[in-house]
Amino acid sequence: MEQFLQQLINGISLGSIYALIALGYTMVYGVIKLINFAHGDVYMLGAYIGYFCITNLNLGFFPSLLISMLVCALLGATIEKIAYKPLRNASRIAVLITAIGVSLFLEYGTMFFVKPDPRSYPPLTGFMAKTFRVGNLLITSQQILIIIITVVLMIALQLIVKRTRIGKAMRAVSLDGDAAQLMGISVDRTISFTFILGSALAGAAGILVGIYYNSINPLMGTMPGLKAFVAAVFGGIGIIPGAMIGGYFIGLVEVMVSGYGNSMYRDAVVFAILIIILIVKPSGLLGKETREKV
Amino acid sequence: MKKLLSCLMICILITTMFAACSSSNTDEIKIGINYELSGENATYGQGSVEGIELAIEEINAAGGINGKIIIPVKYDNQSTPSEATILANKLVSQDKVLAILGPATTGCFTSEIPVANKNKVPIATGSATGDNVTFAADGSVHEYVFRICFFDSFQGQVMANFAAENLSAKNAAIIMDSSSDYGKGLAENFVKTFTESGGNIVAQEAYVAGDTDFNAILTKIKALNSDVIYIPGYYNEAGLIIKQARNLGLNQPILGADGFDSPTLVDLAGASALNDVYFTNHYSSLDEDPMVLEFIKTFEARYGKKPDAFNALGYDLARFVADAIGRAEKLTGEAVKDALEATENFAGVTGTLSVDENHNPVKSIVVIGLKDGKQYSSVKIDP
Repeated sequence: MEQFLQQLINGISLGSIYALIALGYTMVYGVIKLINFAHGDVYMLGAYIGYFCITNLNLGFFPSLLISMLVCALLGATIEKIAYKPLRNASRIAVLITAIGVSLFLEYGTMFFVKPDPRSYPPLTGFMAKTFRVGNLLITSQQILIIIITVVLMIALQLIVKRTRIGKAMRAVSLDGDAAQLMGISVDRTISFTFILGSALAGAAGILVGIYYNSINPLMGTMPGLKAFVAAVFGGIGIIPGAMIGGYFIGLVEVMVSGYGNSMYRDAVVFAILIIILIVKPSGLLGKETREKV
Repeated sequence: MKKLLSCLMICILITTMFAACSSSNTDEIKIGINYELSGENATYGQGSVEGIELAIEEINAAGGINGKIIIPVKYDNQSTPSEATILANKLVSQDKVLAILGPATTGCFTSEIPVANKNKVPIATGSATGDNVTFAADGSVHEYVFRICFFDSFQGQVMANFAAENLSAKNAAIIMDSSSDYGKGLAENFVKTFTESGGNIVAQEAYVAGDTDFNAILTKIKALNSDVIYIPGYYNEAGLIIKQARNLGLNQPILGADGFDSPTLVDLAGASALNDVYFTNHYSSLDEDPMVLEFIKTFEARYGKKPDAFNALGYDLARFVADAIGRAEKLTGEAVKDALEATENFAGVTGTLSVDENHNPVKSIVVIGLKDGKQYSSVKIDP
């Protein structure tokens, strides 16, 4: 039981990261039906920006988190403007291939500037380095931080989407872009805003991973990016609460497979889930069946 | 007129080509350096090359090999086997080197072997510890392939004995890198020796290079009460495993192999987590042999830091090959190969070694203990 609870803590921490990344995937998909494969690399850049703030500018964790989110948000908007906007009316496959191109560009561009070797975040001090003990359970302050920050960001996101005008515009565009435009909603601005929100969340995930695992490298975004994609599909791509549930689910599955099964099969199980979902219920856990219009 | 001009141009080109060839053959010896200067195993490659360059500088300052100066030709294989093969071909066909040093890791080095055998250019490594590096699967020796480091079955064996005898461990857990031959080979030999000496393997978990989250595996191991944890793998993941293990309250000794030997391990794990950590290695800077002390002194003067095992192996490797070239009858790949085969009691800073019939060295091994991230104890074990 004790071991199970400990694994639960591990799984929720890992799942929080996946959920943060998955939100970006799902929002972008919801608005322009694009699977933004460059999203995992925005997360990687978030980790590097955080690293730069903490080591070179000697900033604390929270200012670094904010800067990292801001810069990633700007970056997301720029990527959208340069790479995806000119293809607004192109076929979906063209945009998808562009996304893969952007992903490779970000990975190897970063590698060119920061060298391919992994870097380690500086050792944590004070509160950040503490470990709490509840009975025989151990929880580090980094895990608490990850869980709390993720929850706060998710609540903020829900408020933005449900309570603000721009959130309303996002929901409208995701329902029907053309109709939204006829109602006077600026679709371009809404799309930019979606990229900004998603990238900021990915940036936050990046710096959280930096302090949690302590090791970052230019290709770190690939695997979590793919797994977050699985999480988004699992919850129903395009549906925000689905991405949250999916993220936590994938995190827990990974941990439980390693903890109670065989660690060799961890990744295989995650991708097997993707295959099963696509066969059994392609619309995902929270997705509604939609008939293809002929 | 045009034809005449082009004829003339070709003549000029050909003569300059010959001129270039002949000038490089007289008083210079070209040696290829094919190492992991970037990528995931960059620390090994860079470390080795620092040692190699120091050795070559020393040899050249002392008048070279029989009066001939060594010209190193250095390339970066980015820690990928395919790039290592391409560079080996380039070194052989374009740069026309007499021998190639490196790469440092088993995967990259083995991918270079076909090039060496085909072109009759000897290659030697200081740190490819995989078991069947110098001989093929059918047991025949790769003629042009040499190394100066011990191999994994010996490393796994020594660590298993060390765990059973020096640490009186009964139960061991293993977390191995399943994406490299290195990790798998070490794990296999550790398990074999440890169970033969009456120990139990309570868990054998695996990860792949690039993983960052080991909490699940470690939580599982925590419940199994092992006396020691063996991590056959490289420093990138080992550093994270050690950090997360100590965070979860796993305080038993952690064992590893020469893949631990990198300053990055301390960066990733943090000095406070690196207590009661032991790993097998080629060399310890705590050694008090006069030759080692002299090496440490010159190395520190040149690079401003204490040499690690890869620095020492690189240094020995360059001197080992230079020694053979000096003894070779002619300056051809074949003659150098024969001289390398005949090496006996070559005195290096990583120990005295002779080349056996499988082109492996016969030499001692060191078990290093860490305290607060620093080397604290070293035990020398002879083969």
